[in-house]
Amino acid sequence: MGLTSAINDVITTNLSFAINWARGNSMWPMPFGTACCGIEMMATFMSKYDASRFGSEVLKFSPRQSDLLIVSGRISLKMMPVLQRIWEQMPEPKWCISMGACASSGGVFDTYTLIQGVDQFIPVDAYMPGCPPRPEAFIDALMLVQAKAKKGQARSQDFVTDDPSRDTSLSTASRTPDAFYRNPSRPKG
Amino acid sequence: MYSYEQEVVEQADNIVHMNVGPSHPAMHGTLRVKMQVKGERVIKCDQEIGFLHTGFEKLGENRSYNQFVTLSDRLNYFSPLNNNIGFTVAVEEMLGIEPPRRCQVIRTILCELSRLADHSLCVGALAMDLGAFSSILWTFVEREKLYDVFEAVTGTRLTTSYTRVGGIAFDVPEGFEQRVTAILDSMDRTLGVLRDSFYKNRIFIDRTQGIGVITPEDVLAYGITGPMARASNVAYDMRKFRPYLIYRELDFQVPTYAEGDCMARFKVRIDEMAESIKLVRQGLKLLEPGPIQYQDQKRTLPDKVSTYRDMESLIHHFKIIMPGEEHGLHPAVGEYYGSTEAPNGELGFFLVSDGSGNPYRVRIRPPSFINYPVFPKLLEGAMLADLVAILASFNVIAGELDR
Amino acid sequence: MPSPIVFDASRLAVVEEKVKARFGDRLLAHIPHPYYHQFTVDAQDAKGLVAFLRDDAELAFSYFIDLTCADYLKFPDRPSERFAVVTTLLSPKLGVKVQVKAMVSEQDPRIDSIADLFAGANWTEREVFDLYGIEFTGHPNLQRILMPDDYDGHPLRKDYPLRGRGERGNFPVYHAVPMDKAPNRPD
Repeated sequence: MGLTSAINDVITTNLSFAINWARGNSMWPMPFGTACCGIEMMATFMSKYDASRFGSEVLKFSPRQSDLLIVSGRISLKMMPVLQRIWEQMPEPKWCISMGACASSGGVFDTYTLIQGVDQFIPVDAYMPGCPPRPEAFIDALMLVQAKAKKGQARSQDFVTDDPSRDTSLSTASRTPDAFYRNPSRPKG
Repeated sequence: MYSYEQEVVEQADNIVHMNVGPSHPAMHGTLRVKMQVKGERVIKCDQEIGFLHTGFEKLGENRSYNQFVTLSDRLNYFSPLNNNIGFTVAVEEMLGIEPPRRCQVIRTILCELSRLADHSLCVGALAMDLGAFSSILWTFVEREKLYDVFEAVTGTRLTTSYTRVGGIAFDVPEGFEQRVTAILDSMDRTLGVLRDSFYKNRIFIDRTQGIGVITPEDVLAYGITGPMARASNVAYDMRKFRPYLIYRELDFQVPTYAEGDCMARFKVRIDEMAESIKLVRQGLKLLEPGPIQYQDQKRTLPDKVSTYRDMESLIHHFKIIMPGEEHGLHPAVGEYYGSTEAPNGELGFFLVSDGSGNPYRVRIRPPSFINYPVFPKLLEGAMLADLVAILASFNVIAGELDR
Repeated sequence: MPSPIVFDASRLAVVEEKVKARFGDRLLAHIPHPYYHQFTVDAQDAKGLVAFLRDDAELAFSYFIDLTCADYLKFPDRPSERFAVVTTLLSPKLGVKVQVKAMVSEQDPRIDSIADLFAGANWTEREVFDLYGIEFTGHPNLQRILMPDDYDGHPLRKDYPLRGRGERGNFPVYHAVPMDKAPNRPD
């Protein structure tokens, strides 16, 4: 009995190791390119810095068939619901790379219409600083996410709002996770 | 121009409501197109934009003139140097400053190299969207070589922030002429490859000839500028209209075609690339040693090296760079509209100055935003597959469209 | 191949003459820049001036260049009204540009739309409406174009804060839960 369960454990452990290894080495990206970082992302997929060497060969542009969301570029008020729908549509396990300063933290643009960092609303696995980051930085982030995938770590989806009774159609400046509004001593406007 | 929701749609049994975008491979950027399609024909079409609205103009009111150069990179991110130079030329015309010769020659060379980068990406993407994937790989190889030169000159590949009011940030490094000449030679070869691959290709001709025809009357009414206007027989190019930088001395043509279809826009861009190569070769011959900054202590930045050695330069540098009431450029109170020829069309900046270091109002006249509204008119009655060809020939760049 | 449109400085005087002859009494200001002239009028005369510039046989300003707005709330030398809608046109025939600046008041921010004269004014007027709140009477489709449809406020006005009023933080949050601690997962 102990021997069969030990053999079963050995098989499933090796199996999950093999599956995670395969997942890591064949990350199919969902390029969510909005702005300038999208151009550097395109450059990474082109001949000189070929990201398909790392298994990211297939750019399907369909969230249903990809496992790595690359948010490259600034995300505005109108685009955020779109990003969240795309994130919801991706099957698990899924990872997210936030490329560039705008997606990570709002970047150069601290304005009324730009999300100051997508990680407030979507779980992010790797951040790429830069404006725009070089393709080498893109490959570095891709390798970080690959390492995570090979260890079997992924972010799963769990829809939790701060306040379950909140109606998101009401604009509430006091109940936002936006860092600028969290600190009351900062001057407004 | 009508609203999709306001039209009463007949309940025909084979009308499909399709939504393309904002996240879609055929959408060049964050655009959304809502269509009613019957079979393969598009009956009605409505566009939605604003998915990349960043607030450049509002931000410009809170940043100084030199800081806005950094922001201008992010407008048309295919060719950031054109935006930098366009903005700086508009500010300098408002101030009445004429930068020195070497600065103007370097700016012209980089402006044309940046135009080469933009057109090569647009042309490659147009062919890729129609199925010829290799063309974007070829043109991106050329773009990477241009990136190497931009990085050597400005420090970064894409968002260059190279110009300052009154001059440029750094001088070009040694070996610049050889590197640029090598790129021009390889770019000539790539243009030859593109012409051979596409001008007589039956599939490409069928998909682009006669598709998306813009009439010259539409060009004038909508305000379309750039290669799209020149493909419809309206020969309007700011470099010939009112030459800025050193364009008055350079010899170049403005390629114009009369058909106004996607093929004409493709050909105009390839011909413009050939003209840009000629311009850069002429510009390199005119490059002579000299200063790169206009010397006006109150309004233009001093030479950086002298700020480390000379107290006066340091003080003037400080007074121009620091934010605050008494620091900054301080142009005279007034308004000015200055424009240059970006790869997409006329990039204009309407600046209102209240005499302080920050502009009071920066209006960016974005060529993509003014070119794009004619799209539904072209798509109605066309096939669904033409959407890709027409949109790719527009070269709509969302950063500029939404600002 | 047609020859390119070229700027002709000598034709600027013709524009000034004709506009002053026809609209002289209604012009609030005239600024002659070296490359274009700027004429300032009241909101109700703007459409008439633009139509005259376009339809006059000698002037023929048929090429639409730009339409924008400026808010003079915090301007040191306050002009007569708060908003100015600025239209830029080009005449391919004469080779000059012209700017028509229409002063729009704060209490009644309305002006006639020129979308029926120039198709390019359609989207630019929508943008001015979206960002400044100026209503263009007679516009075929006056809706927001850059901001979301349910947005409240006009961002580019000078009394609107740069960082907005909190809309940018108001989205549902998807918390990250590691796979082994996720509820309702089979493994």
